[in-house]
Amino acid sequence: MQPSVTAPYSRSAGRYDELLATNGTIRPHWNPLIERLESAGAESARRGIELARRLIIENGVTYNVYADPQGRDRPWQLDTLPLIIPAAEWETIAAGVAQRARVLDALLGDLYGPQRLMSEGIVPPEIVFGHPNFLWPCRGVMPKDSRWLHLYAVDLARAPDGKWWVLGDRTQTPSGPGYALENRRIVSRVFPQLLDEMRVRSLTGFFVALREHLLSSVEDDEAPLAVVLTPGPFNETYFEHAYLARQLGLALVEGADLTVRGTTLYLKTFTGLRRVHAILRRLDDDFCDPAELRADSALGVPGLLQVVRAGRVVLANGLGSGVLESACWLGFMPPVAEWLLGESLLLPSVATWWCGERPALEHVITNIDRLVIKPAFPNQNFEPVFGSELDRAGKAEVIERLRGRPYAYVAQERMSLSQSPVWRGAQLAPRALGIRVYAIATPQGYKVLPGGLARIASDKEAEVLSNQRGGGSKDVWVLSSEDIETESDSRITPRRRARNEDLPSRLVENLYWMGRYAERCEAKARLMRATLVLDLRSDALKQGMATCVHFGLVTTNVSLSSSLFNTTSSTGLGADLRRLEWSATQARSRLSAEHWRAIGVLQRQYHDAASSRSDASETLDRLVLALTALSGFSLDDMTQDDGWRLLMLGRRLERVQFLTTLIARRLSVVTAPSRAELEWWLDISGSIVAYRTRYLEQPRLTSVLHLLLREPQNPRALAFQTRQIELLVGQLGAHGIQEDDCERAMEEVTDSDLGVLEGDGYPSVAARQAFAAKLTALAQTTNALSDRLSMRHFSHTERALQVMTV
Amino acid sequence: MRYHVRHETSYAYSGDVVHSHQLLHLTPRESVYQSCVSHDVAIEPAPAYRAADSDAFGNTVTRLEFDRPHRRLDVAAEMTVDITQRPTCSEDSEPWERARSRFNYAARPPAEGLLEATRYRFESPYVRIKQRFTDYGDSCFEAGKPLLKCAESLMLKLYEEMTYAPGETSIGTPLLEVLKTKRGVCQDFAHLMIACMRARGFPARYVSGYLRTTPPPGVARLIGADASHAWVAVYCPTGGWVEFDPTNGVKANTNHITLAWGRDFGDVSPLRGVIVGGGHHTLSVRVTVTPRSEDEADDDGEQT
Repeated sequence: MQPSVTAPYSRSAGRYDELLATNGTIRPHWNPLIERLESAGAESARRGIELARRLIIENGVTYNVYADPQGRDRPWQLDTLPLIIPAAEWETIAAGVAQRARVLDALLGDLYGPQRLMSEGIVPPEIVFGHPNFLWPCRGVMPKDSRWLHLYAVDLARAPDGKWWVLGDRTQTPSGPGYALENRRIVSRVFPQLLDEMRVRSLTGFFVALREHLLSSVEDDEAPLAVVLTPGPFNETYFEHAYLARQLGLALVEGADLTVRGTTLYLKTFTGLRRVHAILRRLDDDFCDPAELRADSALGVPGLLQVVRAGRVVLANGLGSGVLESACWLGFMPPVAEWLLGESLLLPSVATWWCGERPALEHVITNIDRLVIKPAFPNQNFEPVFGSELDRAGKAEVIERLRGRPYAYVAQERMSLSQSPVWRGAQLAPRALGIRVYAIATPQGYKVLPGGLARIASDKEAEVLSNQRGGGSKDVWVLSSEDIETESDSRITPRRRARNEDLPSRLVENLYWMGRYAERCEAKARLMRATLVLDLRSDALKQGMATCVHFGLVTTNVSLSSSLFNTTSSTGLGADLRRLEWSATQARSRLSAEHWRAIGVLQRQYHDAASSRSDASETLDRLVLALTALSGFSLDDMTQDDGWRLLMLGRRLERVQFLTTLIARRLSVVTAPSRAELEWWLDISGSIVAYRTRYLEQPRLTSVLHLLLREPQNPRALAFQTRQIELLVGQLGAHGIQEDDCERAMEEVTDSDLGVLEGDGYPSVAARQAFAAKLTALAQTTNALSDRLSMRHFSHTERALQVMTV
Repeated sequence: MRYHVRHETSYAYSGDVVHSHQLLHLTPRESVYQSCVSHDVAIEPAPAYRAADSDAFGNTVTRLEFDRPHRRLDVAAEMTVDITQRPTCSEDSEPWERARSRFNYAARPPAEGLLEATRYRFESPYVRIKQRFTDYGDSCFEAGKPLLKCAESLMLKLYEEMTYAPGETSIGTPLLEVLKTKRGVCQDFAHLMIACMRARGFPARYVSGYLRTTPPPGVARLIGADASHAWVAVYCPTGGWVEFDPTNGVKANTNHITLAWGRDFGDVSPLRGVIVGGGHHTLSVRVTVTPRSEDEADDDGEQT
């Protein structure tokens, strides 16, 4: 009898079924998983799905969808049921993938070198010279060890006969290995122990090997530096770029972080220029060097190609490797493999006709009903069409296009993809699926990741697997045959951090601003909360509202609570939370998963509250709590290197700015602050408890000022901030700036007699105003310090590139 | 025919350029009909890095890097070249249909020269291939007409229908837009002719160079003479490359001095640079082409 969880699941005609054998029984390698599901029951299944969903959101696993007007990021879609592949079957796949990587690597060497495949007539020149990613300036470039392909991915699908077929190759900047790793991390939390019990092979070694491969490119005794080059946070797979960088312990950089001097590539770091030896790039070929490749690219590194020519940097993958990303190649691969390596291809590919050959064109036209017509090159304005879905006129139009420029089209047989179970509610349902498998170059040949990214169709009928079009993903469990696996994925790659001197200036700048915005948000949230709870008759209310107006939190005729949820104001709390998130996004590769999660939670709390119009005080309570927790992460959850120092400096400087402004504004007014106002100050600065502990009396100006400004044991006091600033600037050491102005301005504040400030007489008023002026002076010197820090440490981040031709 | 060419390019920037990479295609290309007697490129300020080598299309490319803040860049290329008549080739080439079929892939080694020519047969960054270009050239490609005659008709059609209008287009103007307005400069004329040839499946390349400034007596001044010039070479499988100047409606002759060729302007722009900083800039370009006096008397002005 079939167990209940699989009851609604059934085979489909004409497809291979991953779970069920032809007689309807469960394939043996699925048994442990299905038994686990059976015994755990529906409620457990729901909990598992919910856990995965939460982890995805909290870990910030996202996939950017270009066309999504709702926002940049959409949560990654993961179905927690893995695809399971037995050991022996995997051996066949892995051998085929490794072989294919070798062939493609050699093929690139020929296309950018002697081009013998074309002069021998093995490969038509159309599919090379007609491809926009065949980069002429790269002709004649000889990469180190003649290696073009370092990281390779191939899309496979299983035909009805059970064999795996190649659907397409990813040779340029294969995306997805980071998602595969994150999927594993999440799924292993959903099925604890099961991975060990089933002897699922670990993914860890692959990433270690990738890192070693990149760092092994160094020929001399220099400390090697490898970076991950990203187009930036707007790219659809930016999450993965940051994630990979963190997993590999490499700096995540954008084009503007790098510079070419002569024939050497450098990273603009916090402490100056550092030579870069290897790049794992996620930036497309033609965007990489605006001096020689696409002139309209502001994302690249001018002069990079010249460094490659000189053999002084390893690019993974080589510039120009995108030329192999076209379905036209599939049909030519068997003779290419034969000619280059004398080998027969182990993996077949889906039947493909390149229309540039006359007989192929005629075959395609005759059989158009059972074919899908695709563009041969990525820059064509032509979406793949299924011949069977075209009416007579549509067909005629497509055929005319084919005849007009035959070499620009390919046709492929429609392949029935295999199906595998996915969760639908707490039950299983079938979905079509394909897998993306990865390989990396190692000194021992290509090493294949024992796992991968399974991609599933978005609905029952769909056959197209695309993350852009809303399909989902799965973990792939490859079972091990022997007792060879000892690693466990529960402790995936120990997190290695880039060394201090490898910190890109841009990253440090973003950490600094992250610190400033975190503190600014907290100060503003506390200010609003303290003002909101003031009694309507309180004599602090006028001052409270005026201060909120001063900080841009409210406009005069709107209430404080509706201003809180005004998401369009550029100075409101919502705007600063956005800026905090933005700077954190830019610095994401340096934040722990929990730290990053806390920032995500903060955003969600604010937006949920804004959309449901929650109670303002309650919302502020929650935000203050979350922001305070963020401050804890900065202290306890980050390596205390120069990047961290800049983040903390940002926090300290912001706090000085806020506190001095708050107090100086009030003291420059003629009347002395009332008791209610003093209490309001204590509330804003989170010092009510501290005050009560220390003073057994109602708030008085002298004692409140002492606590807020001078008390060395109060971590919120001004004195504490300036001492920390001094310390941090000192620790920046030779690379920092000697700064005594701040100290001197603080001494002015410290040395003032606070006793004379109380009272209503003229001398007190004058004394208060003079003291306010000293606070303002302190604010100005810290401002100047901030500017100097920017000048000293961030000036490398000049970004504006202009390309000019005459 | 001996010429002296002076080509000065100056950038003045409103702010400091802190770093810059420049790519120069300012060395005259050697060929059977053109030899370089002398050439030199003077650069101010002095670059931190300077290297010259051959690009993928066989042109000499000079790479420069500047790493000191500067507000001016002056590049002055000077060259002396000797030019003889280009080899003539029979206009009675084979019909264009048959010529085109020679490019069909047949899973055997392509004929001599064909693979090299095929480089120039497809889309390139500034020359997209569209049906509209095929249609535009329709009247020039009558059935059975020899390929080179077709190319000549196309050149004359462009020459007659297009208006030379300096300053109205830029390198960013889409070619379809040029086809619509029928206005542009030599670069646009050349790109359009290339697009029409490639759309029909023929290799065509972009030639960058100069045109002599002093017209022979009694002959109208040729357009495009005070700047660098551009024209087109079309590949005929039986006759090799033949050069057409659609801006002037003539085949290239001893008045055309060749700097470099490529798939389009982007491959051979005389000066291409990426700068960091610089603010706004003003650009001035001056080209002076002087025939050497002792040779001038020999000039027969045959191009009209």
